[in-house]
Amino acid sequence: MTLLLVDRLSKRFGSLVAIDEVSLAVEPGELRAIIGPNGAGKTTFFNLVSGLFPPSSGSVRFEGEEITNLTVEERVRRGMARTFQITEVFPELTVADNLRVAVELARGYGLSPWIGRAARRKIGTEIDELLATGDLAGKRHVLVGALSHGDQRAVEIMMALALKPRLLMLDEPTAGMGDQETYDIVRLVRRLHRRQGFTIMLIEHDMRVVFNLADKIMVLAEGRVLAEGTPKEIAANEAVQAAYLGETAR
Amino acid sequence: MSLVRARGLDVLIAAALLSMPFWMAAIGGYTELATRVLVMGLAAMSLNFLLGFTGVLSFGHAAYFGLGAYGAAMAIKYLEAGTIPAIAFGVAAATVAAAIIGALIVRRRGVYFAMVTIAFGQVFYFLAFRWNSVTGGDDGLTGWHRQPLDLGFATLDIFRNDKAFYYFVLVVFALCVAAMAQLIASPFGRTLLAIRENERRARFLGVPIENRIWLSFVISCFFVSAAGALYALLNNFTDPRALRFDLSGNLVIMAVMGGMRSFWGPLIGAGIFVALQDYVSSHTQNWMSVIGLVFVLVVRFFPRGVLGALRRGRPA
Repeated sequence: MTLLLVDRLSKRFGSLVAIDEVSLAVEPGELRAIIGPNGAGKTTFFNLVSGLFPPSSGSVRFEGEEITNLTVEERVRRGMARTFQITEVFPELTVADNLRVAVELARGYGLSPWIGRAARRKIGTEIDELLATGDLAGKRHVLVGALSHGDQRAVEIMMALALKPRLLMLDEPTAGMGDQETYDIVRLVRRLHRRQGFTIMLIEHDMRVVFNLADKIMVLAEGRVLAEGTPKEIAANEAVQAAYLGETAR
Repeated sequence: MSLVRARGLDVLIAAALLSMPFWMAAIGGYTELATRVLVMGLAAMSLNFLLGFTGVLSFGHAAYFGLGAYGAAMAIKYLEAGTIPAIAFGVAAATVAAAIIGALIVRRRGVYFAMVTIAFGQVFYFLAFRWNSVTGGDDGLTGWHRQPLDLGFATLDIFRNDKAFYYFVLVVFALCVAAMAQLIASPFGRTLLAIRENERRARFLGVPIENRIWLSFVISCFFVSAAGALYALLNNFTDPRALRFDLSGNLVIMAVMGGMRSFWGPLIGAGIFVALQDYVSSHTQNWMSVIGLVFVLVVRFFPRGVLGALRRGRPA
């Protein structure tokens, strides 16, 4: 069954049409990239799908069920997790405690006024696994606010991962990063996709990253779908080249 | 494991509080002053559950402090309740009020939240001020005093024996503080920290933000009303000032001065505040200007509060 089915989704802010009848289908196991020039509406599209604000029209279905008007929390419970272009973490908590919050919530302990030894041990194991996956094992007791930008991003992705999402949404995971950090994040995303089988939808600016990672690419321009296809098809698409690649290809 | 406290500091504070009535006189204080430090310390720590550990500023906590005070006082005066039932009555009244008002204001954020907490707080102030026949109006509620504590096997005369009352207050203080410490260190407490740290991230981890802020507000008011009830018992009296917003402001000052990111900070802040108030007000009516000056200096030189400054570099 199609995991995420977006049907003619639109968002208007006053007279501005930020998203104009965008449709999209993401299959389980897929890695889908969304690209487009600045102001194309990529992040707005993410915000609509993840429930940050409601669409003006159109619908979103997740695992066959209509979720267009559900709250963020309800979408999270159904298996959507996302990161943000500007990293959203808990800066004054340690790396381990950032992950602990996420793991405890995922396991349904969010309201527990105490926690047993056995449960704590299981949660500890899961935190260790996440630390290893995110290459953060040596930094578990460091306050997240003191980490490098790349490591903060890794913490954010690991928190999203702690929810064991059916769909992982990454908004420009390599934004503002140097070459080494970009490389590390790309490697991490590829591992999550290829080896752990996560379904991932990501927004990306860096073309090398996109053509390297994606199974399928959707190109947005001025709120509309300009093209959709495999990296090869997109690279050969003249409309895309004119609107986007022509000016920013490196 | 401990996210917000150091074990050694716990022991130090416990020792200081257990022995306070015995050294208070040596530094020019008296037992009642020690009790006031405990009571205001509990109030400031309760406020800080919301302020420091959920990241939500309330300028209206005096309302629930005062409801606890009036509830306990009225239970003794009109219902001839014993000490424990009187405290329970005050706490219950304040907690119900907090649950209702909290539900109305929890969608506000930041300074807007603070403003509506003041507005609702003043409603209770004027109620106490105006409703002469029940509350005693501006003169306060007199004609009652705290009752000896019946323990079943013995009676503890907390009315005449200052030290006995101090230790009774210390027991209530310890129960409340232990409960708050447990909550803060629990998974529930961590979701509150998460909200303080980053509301958007918490939300996208599945935390229903408004519901959790409401819970934190009600819990915070529950404990602050226990402090209010003890305050009425301490003075054998209560008046509308126990509900007024300047008291709310003082609680915020205590928390910030002592260090709102540390568990014990507000207690230290309350100690400084109450001691200054006592010493300075015996020399000048303008004691508040001295406290104001100290507050400015603390905030200038120790932006994380006294305790925050002592524990710099640690995850507090």
